[in-house]
Amino acid sequence: MPLLYPLVFAAFLFSAGVYGVLARRNAVMVLMSIELMLNAVNVNLVAFNAYLRDQLVSGQVFALFVIAVAAAEVGIGLAIVLLIFRNRETVNIDEVDLLRW
Amino acid sequence: MKELAWLVPALPLVAWAVILLVGKRLPDGGAPVGILAVAAGWVISLTILFGVIGGARDAYHVAGEWAAFGPGLEIPFGMTVDGLAAVLLVVVTTISLFVQIYSVSYMRGDERYTLFFAKLSLFTAGMLIVVVADNLLLLLVGWEIMGVCSYFLIGHWWEDPANARAAVKAFLTTRVGDLGFMAGIFVLFWGAGSFEIERIIDGVESGRISSATVTLGAALLFCGAIGKSGQFPLHTWLPDAMAGPTPVSALIHAATMVAAGVFLVARMYPVFEASGAVLNEIAIIASITMLIAALLALVQDDIKRVLAYSTVSQLAYMMAALGVGGYSAGVFHLFTHAFFKALLFLAAGAVIHAVHSNDMSEMGGLARAMPVTFGTFLVGALALAGIAPLSGFWSKDEILTDAWTAGFGEGVEGLATSRGVAQVVFVAGIVTGFLTALYVARMLWLTFGAAYRGQGRPHEAEAGILVPLLVLAVGAALAGFVGLGDNSISTWIQTPLLPSEGPATLNLGVIAAASAAALLGLLLGTALYRRGLPEREYLERLPPVWTTLQHKYYLDDLYERGLVRAVTGALAPATYWFDQRLIDGAVNGAGLGTRRLARGLRYVQSGQAQWYAAALFLGVVGIAVVVTQLVGR
Repeated sequence: MPLLYPLVFAAFLFSAGVYGVLARRNAVMVLMSIELMLNAVNVNLVAFNAYLRDQLVSGQVFALFVIAVAAAEVGIGLAIVLLIFRNRETVNIDEVDLLRW
Repeated sequence: MKELAWLVPALPLVAWAVILLVGKRLPDGGAPVGILAVAAGWVISLTILFGVIGGARDAYHVAGEWAAFGPGLEIPFGMTVDGLAAVLLVVVTTISLFVQIYSVSYMRGDERYTLFFAKLSLFTAGMLIVVVADNLLLLLVGWEIMGVCSYFLIGHWWEDPANARAAVKAFLTTRVGDLGFMAGIFVLFWGAGSFEIERIIDGVESGRISSATVTLGAALLFCGAIGKSGQFPLHTWLPDAMAGPTPVSALIHAATMVAAGVFLVARMYPVFEASGAVLNEIAIIASITMLIAALLALVQDDIKRVLAYSTVSQLAYMMAALGVGGYSAGVFHLFTHAFFKALLFLAAGAVIHAVHSNDMSEMGGLARAMPVTFGTFLVGALALAGIAPLSGFWSKDEILTDAWTAGFGEGVEGLATSRGVAQVVFVAGIVTGFLTALYVARMLWLTFGAAYRGQGRPHEAEAGILVPLLVLAVGAALAGFVGLGDNSISTWIQTPLLPSEGPATLNLGVIAAASAAALLGLLLGTALYRRGLPEREYLERLPPVWTTLQHKYYLDDLYERGLVRAVTGALAPATYWFDQRLIDGAVNGAGLGTRRLARGLRYVQSGQAQWYAAALFLGVVGIAVVVTQLVGR
């Protein structure tokens, strides 16, 4: 399989993630979009790992790290969203603007 | 014993700190601390002086490094104790000791009693630092300590604006001279490459410093002496300094502060001696000062002002002596003057306490009411007038003899003063001697003679005031005898660098002339003022003279119109504007500008996380584009 296919796929996945992060109002959806972006990176890492197998083997290891970090991030993110919902009865990200001027 | 000399200035300094910090909790407001400190210094000083008299003439010098800014700029820190310093140490500690003892009674019940003693201690310490300093910078430190203490002490009763003004005037006027002094220090440092007095003098003697540098340095140093020692034209602060309490006047006028200028010239004498122009300048200024101050003393009603002008005049005698090569005569007069002038001030203070006025028109007839004060005052007054065998006679006579020798006599070998100038000094000295006796007689008759003109019933002062008077009266009477014989003050204060003058020679002709002038003055004064205050002062019959003297030769008006107005009228507002608008404007503008800018920019912080994410994303894209397009190639 040529390298181009997984890279184009990863680019689409990342763009979908960026769109979700910037455009969705629901905080849970934003978190999920972040997961999409992280997984696009993972696809890249694994693809390059397969492509450059002779020179380096760390792509898979990095991907594993990213998965672990992403799990932790989602754990904290969801906890924050839960608390925001308890306090303000909303998970709309544009209504949570306490840290403004 | 000279090794212990550092304690003499150190103890009052410690006393100052102790009194200032815990004085109010100590017995008698901390006054005993100051007295004990200076008393210990007095004992040490006397021991040192007796050592010098006994033959220990070598200068004791100890120095360390204060700060080193690399080669060529080291600031030393040390002391020199030679005969001159030993004599001055004794003078300063003696006067300070008795002034402080006197102040315990005189200042009792004062609102700032404790603070007063703290200031006296610091003042004394400042003068003692000047005396033992081995380099000009340390000397300047002591000099400035005195400057600021004189400000505090003259303004001790600052509730009266006049006193506060007098304090400011004293500070600023001496400051004018200090500017020259500082410049002189740097000129000499530039020439000699050192602040140490010994090395500067060495450089002058060996000719390493060019004569132009020496002349400039000496002239600038003399500016400092003019300011501190109240010489014309900067003498105007001294009479106004009478606003301070009387013990302060005694301390300032007898032992510290004003003596510092004379001491400076004596300490740096080889530098001055090397320059004929500066010696002539000193002699001329001193001659002018002694005459105009003595004339002013004739028309004062305030007893303390009479004494103040007399101090100016007597300091001019010392300066004149130094100007005509009479190094030991000048120091000798400093020595005797300290005793009789301190005595006169303290006695005048006792009188002022008794009659509650400084004004001699409200005194009179006090000889009967205050016999002890009168007796001591009489001793001091006659010493001031130069009546044999009291102290002032001997020292004044030595000065006049030196002036005579330099001006009319066989001359002095190697003296740079011109003969004509020495002649002026001699004539001015004799005339001033006459005027001195005249105003002394006027002061004596107006205060103690005739009938009492004031309010209430004056009575003799208490023992705490009389004891210092009696001790100082003994000093004022006998201090002159240190100038007689082979082992006299002139041999004690010789430094190796000065040509030996040998014992003072008595010139009978000069003695006769000086004594005749003094007696004539006393007799004339007695004839004029025997019946107390005349209806109209005699000088009022000469209106131009009278108005000129009443206006103090218009010097104060000149300074007021010429300098003070220019400063307060134009310079002060201009600098105020510069400070407020430009300096503060820049500082405030920096803060204000930031606030204005932030008022617009803060809306960027909308609190919308997605906007931030968008900015972040765009930023990353931008960086990626730049990196790939520019760096990647």
